[in-house]
Amino acid sequence: MTDTLLQVEGLTTELGAAAQPLRVVDGLDLHLQAGETLALLGESGCGKSMTALSLMRLLPPSGRILAGSVRLGGTDLLRLTETEMRAVRGGRLAMIFQEPQTSLNPVLTVGAQIAEAVRVHAGCSRAQVPERVVELLRAVGIPDPAQRAGEYPHQLSGGMKQRVMIAMALAGDPQILIADEPTTALDVTIQAQVLRLLKDLQRDTGLAVLLITHDLGVVAETADRLAVMYAGQIVETATVAGFFARPAHPYSRRLMESLPSADRRSGRLAVIPGRVPPLDRVFQGCRFADRCQSVMPVCREETPGWFEIGAGQGVRCHLWADSLQSVVGSWQSAASGASEGESDRHPAAGNGILLRATDLKVHFPIHRGILRRVVGQVRAVDGVSLDLRAGRTLALVGESGCGKTTAGKGILQLVQPTGGSIRYRDRELIGLGHRRMRTIRKDLQIIFQDPYAAMNPRMLVGDIVGEGLQALGIEPRRAGRMRRVAELLELVGLDPASANRYPHEFSGGQRQRICIARALAVEPRIIICDEPTSALDVSVQAQILNLLKDLQERLGLAYLFISHNISVVAYLAHEVAVMYLGRVVEQGPVDVVLDDPRHPYTRALLSAVPVIDADRRREIIRLEGDMPSPSHPPPGCHFHPRCPVAIDACARSYPGETRLNDARVVHCLRANQE
Amino acid sequence: MTAYILRRLLYAVPILIGVNLLTFVLFFVVNSPDDMARMHLGEKRVTEEAVQGWKAAHGYDRPLLYNAEASGMARLTETIFFEKSARLFAFQFGSSDDGRDIGYDISQRMWPSLAIAVPVLLVGLAFNISYALFIVFFRATYVDIGSVVLLVAMLSISSLFYIIGGQFLLSKVFHLAPISGYDTGLHAWKFLILPVIVGVIGGIGAGTRWYRTLFLEEVGKDYVRTARAKGLSERLVLFRHVLGNALIPILTGVVVVLPLLFMGSLITESFFGIPGLGSYTIDAISNQDFAIVRAMVFLGAVLYILGLILTDISYTLVDPRVRLQ
Amino acid sequence: MPLMPVVLWTDALVFLLIALGLLFGLYAARHEHLRAPWRRVVQSRVGVAMLVVLSAYGMVGLLDTVHVRLKLDTPADSSAAPQYAPEILSLLDLALSGLRERQEKTYSAPFATHLFVKEAIEQPDGSVIRDFPRLEHGGSHLADPATQRGADILFTAMLGMLKGLVFWVLTAFAILWLIARRRGELMEQTWTAIRAGRTPIPWLTALSMLGLLLILGFVAGELAARYHILGTDKVGEDVFFQTLKSIRTGLLIGTLTTLVMLPAAILLGIAAGYFRGWVDDVIQYLYTTLNAIPGVLLIAAAILMLQVYMSNHAEDFTSLVERADLRLLFLCLILGVTSWTGLCRLLRGEALKLREVDYVQAASALGVGHATIIGRHILPNVMHIVLITLVLDFSGLVLAEAVLSYVNIGVDPTMNSWGNMINSARLELARDPVVWWSLTAAFVFMFTLVLAANLFADVVRDAFDPRLRGI
Repeated sequence: MTDTLLQVEGLTTELGAAAQPLRVVDGLDLHLQAGETLALLGESGCGKSMTALSLMRLLPPSGRILAGSVRLGGTDLLRLTETEMRAVRGGRLAMIFQEPQTSLNPVLTVGAQIAEAVRVHAGCSRAQVPERVVELLRAVGIPDPAQRAGEYPHQLSGGMKQRVMIAMALAGDPQILIADEPTTALDVTIQAQVLRLLKDLQRDTGLAVLLITHDLGVVAETADRLAVMYAGQIVETATVAGFFARPAHPYSRRLMESLPSADRRSGRLAVIPGRVPPLDRVFQGCRFADRCQSVMPVCREETPGWFEIGAGQGVRCHLWADSLQSVVGSWQSAASGASEGESDRHPAAGNGILLRATDLKVHFPIHRGILRRVVGQVRAVDGVSLDLRAGRTLALVGESGCGKTTAGKGILQLVQPTGGSIRYRDRELIGLGHRRMRTIRKDLQIIFQDPYAAMNPRMLVGDIVGEGLQALGIEPRRAGRMRRVAELLELVGLDPASANRYPHEFSGGQRQRICIARALAVEPRIIICDEPTSALDVSVQAQILNLLKDLQERLGLAYLFISHNISVVAYLAHEVAVMYLGRVVEQGPVDVVLDDPRHPYTRALLSAVPVIDADRRREIIRLEGDMPSPSHPPPGCHFHPRCPVAIDACARSYPGETRLNDARVVHCLRANQE
Repeated sequence: MTAYILRRLLYAVPILIGVNLLTFVLFFVVNSPDDMARMHLGEKRVTEEAVQGWKAAHGYDRPLLYNAEASGMARLTETIFFEKSARLFAFQFGSSDDGRDIGYDISQRMWPSLAIAVPVLLVGLAFNISYALFIVFFRATYVDIGSVVLLVAMLSISSLFYIIGGQFLLSKVFHLAPISGYDTGLHAWKFLILPVIVGVIGGIGAGTRWYRTLFLEEVGKDYVRTARAKGLSERLVLFRHVLGNALIPILTGVVVVLPLLFMGSLITESFFGIPGLGSYTIDAISNQDFAIVRAMVFLGAVLYILGLILTDISYTLVDPRVRLQ
Repeated sequence: MPLMPVVLWTDALVFLLIALGLLFGLYAARHEHLRAPWRRVVQSRVGVAMLVVLSAYGMVGLLDTVHVRLKLDTPADSSAAPQYAPEILSLLDLALSGLRERQEKTYSAPFATHLFVKEAIEQPDGSVIRDFPRLEHGGSHLADPATQRGADILFTAMLGMLKGLVFWVLTAFAILWLIARRRGELMEQTWTAIRAGRTPIPWLTALSMLGLLLILGFVAGELAARYHILGTDKVGEDVFFQTLKSIRTGLLIGTLTTLVMLPAAILLGIAAGYFRGWVDDVIQYLYTTLNAIPGVLLIAAAILMLQVYMSNHAEDFTSLVERADLRLLFLCLILGVTSWTGLCRLLRGEALKLREVDYVQAASALGVGHATIIGRHILPNVMHIVLITLVLDFSGLVLAEAVLSYVNIGVDPTMNSWGNMINSARLELARDPVVWWSLTAAFVFMFTLVLAANLFADVVRDAFDPRLRGI
């Protein structure tokens, strides 16, 4: 412990009015050594970001630090004056934020913004500043740094912006970098690039990183040690290897078990019931007690102490009190068996095709010139063909901007397709018109990504769920409708009395259940799930995935599951279609595609996904640059400018379909080679 | 860019036609020229000859839209609509009821208007921005709360009271400036001091409060946090980052009113006896001189549209994110 | 029946407005999401205090809105149909008939006992001197004004204060009783809770403000019975009476204008944003065109046209009051035409955003029709904008009335309004010594109303704007 850089003790932070404060950080201890990466892991609302802002003393106006000490080297940061603290910020202690989009000043060039930091901290002369800026940009891997320095943030992609943020943080040669969810807003391939960059910088400069994240995969791939935070407290610290081998806190265990993956396809995911408790109250006993499976009477009465359990691992849980050590062993063996169990691998799969989209196109015109003539098209969806079968799940996978959401909305005619055909049970949907489409609406439903935006805040839950019943005239009478709504709420695992409450009274997971109930109300045969779990925490995601799976088995629904999350897809889907720039590049049964991807983009995408299990990690295939704009797709294969195995022929024409077997289609000239 | 401006100018045409039609309907259809003549002549029992005479003297003795008696193009041109409304497009304003050339009057009177409006705008802008920054620097302290109360009180006072109060205090009690009047050339400055001071003070309440809101909105943004995380001082954060971003809405808000400065301020000018376009309009209204009112409506519309176009252009100049297509 | 009710056009609209307000209130009371922001409004100290002030103004305005014609004293011949006076009076006129009827010859200062200008006075001995004559009414009960006036004013003011206090205690007691009953506790408990500020609504502030207003009102009432507390104007009319009458005009302009413009703004704004395409183009064209015309000039042109019309059709207007009333209504209308565009543009932008929101998409996926989507999903979610605009516009309109009346394109010159008072006061300032009271009276009353409205609008905006709440 000789080279401990940062030592935090008893840090306590409150937010909000003094009368009813939120104690977002409560007696937090942690330490950080030079050159290591410590991950602070937790779900939303557990106080991770507030911890980071407390360390930087950048809390919002309503926040205040009540107690504790933050020692950086020999100085206690909490005792410094504001002027002294300013020298530390960006100097010895730097920070990058989650949203590179909004974290850069839109009206200053990135060079100017980095130069500011250089001027404040680095002791170089005025003339050297531009040189240093370019040097920093080069260090974070920005091509053509001298020119990029003169550009504005909006001219850079998300990944580039995060690199600029890192360059800015490096300007003062910091000893510690606090990275608050640095890759959450980025796509996986870009995430891989940024994480790689952080690793390289750490290797070269001996930087210590405090990585704040909710993603266990990111922790496994980048951190040396981790601290699990729950409701404002650290509940477990461990080395990464030790943690994934043997998580000590019941919360950590359940968190890991609730992660979806291909291995767990056969069973249900473990869920953590309930939600993170609000932090505006005084806790008695353990904060996790209400959601804990191994809860004991003592948990509700006594606040658990901190137990060191060896090998750098510590935990805040009564189970580890000496007298109870024996319980832990039995509990661990019992718990590991829980997630196996029922194995309904192949649900009743009616093989008939319910809906077939052929060469679906959704183009948005670009207007220019004096008379606003159409000068080009944004080819959001550019020839997508999909088959949906009853009782099966087809996953549509791709990074942001690839057109997967537009494809889903195009199928539902929520945006008007510009070409192709959608046949639902032998009826062509395109060009059907608003009125005749209504009769088909009953069978095709949609669930959205953001459960907060998906419900009218001014309507009662009962009216929201019953809206389709009323609109399509299925249950014109209110009494009948309310009876049906009650059944539906029960079906998705909610109290039927919820019908008389407003959406804001529910948590994110509960809201998503209500949205599912709304979709189910009209007894659809196909549900388009547009990233239904990406706004939710891992433990809640598991609840929703379980529910979707149950419903499919019971009702024989077909899902078009739009997602960027490969592990969710691996868990839930039967088939998968990978999209890149408006087109499907590879399609086939999920296990085959994920195990043996043939398209170079699929390979790169899959390799970039952070994996917990070190044995299963693939060599990351680094993609250069970003996805091109769908208004100017590259000629030939859309992927060839970034493709590591591209040949000359790729630039000439878009590769046709290569059928590897009945169900497997790849659009790549080199699909059959190797 | 040029294509964009050209398109915007083309869009302006239907709007100006609409403005013109509207004024035409208002001035000639709702009330016929006969009604106007009767009102001007004032008497209850005006002879038909008197009405006809007035109409002929002022050029209202033609049909409204279509002249059946004329031939060829004259059927359309020898009408009230063409002579009184359509000519405005060529900036031919005609002559007022007392026979003066309106176009000439406008070109003469716009300078005094600008002599007041421009200083009021510039001084007001400088003062309001500084004051708002000062408040934001001391946000959530008593300086902030006290200032907000003061600003709300100031904007609750009618502009009339500012003028009357200013005249009363500065001119009548302290004799610091002449109460009203105007002079040509550089000698005008002593007549301008009072209206400018009154104009600036009258605008503080609304202006500073608006800017304060803008600044506070920016202070809460993520990039401000980034700037602080770099270790910048509060002064640098405010001036470089907050002011830089808030200036975009401020500047574009100013640009939109720039052309309208020509129109002058109705109340100020008439109170201080300044021979600008504002008092010109007021006089026309009280003398019920429709020709002038019509001309000013058209001029106002043209300037408004000009302001909109200038605003869009100024966006591209100050905001790197905006590009016109 | 001793009087016959008369409903002027603006009265009818005010009644309609009140009815709509009540309906909305009843509806809001049953919907939590509507009630919650109002609760935030009344839980703010500034909010309740300003609400009390605004209600006081509202009461005066309302009293002035119920119009009647008095029955004439006809000979006791019951067979003849009752005759009514041609004069239209409001309840306020009747309540203040003392003030209304006690006219002097010309200017007199506040609390004066003598006229402001010298006149030839015939002495009892037949000689004529030039001096300030005694007022006919103001302080006429005093035998020797020079010595008695101060004491009399003090005494009367104390009397008024005492009455006000008594009335306040009674009112407060009644309110306290009601609160205690609702909370189901003893009045003592309620009182301690209120004093300690433990009630959700800051009753202490509300009651203090009420007390202040009641005492001021009673003192003014008591004094006004004997003096012209704000002096008299050029024709000897009581200025206090004039300012009270002006309240209705100010309130009417502020509220009726928005009422008039609301349907157009809401309908067109939402339609433009929701349907887009050519509907949007047409509506945008409409409001850009209207916006392009300088507001004052449009108002001036319209009012001029109205004047032409009225002077040519003088026979259609039976009384001055009706004529002034129609002009007021027309002014509200034309102000509405110039001011709906702002709200319309706001609503268009919001509807554009809302139509892409997931719940609207979900509704279309469920086959809900356009009209239902607008009525159920869009309209309720833009109502807060409408409300915020409504209260924010109010004070601006009250101020605008003054300016317009000053330029003679506002309300009818015969109508009592602050604008007209300021207009006439302008020349008075040039007199020596200065006649300052008309202007001051208009200033104080207008400033209080506008300040209260502005502060209240701020509270309402904070309570209703979801952005500020962070939800």
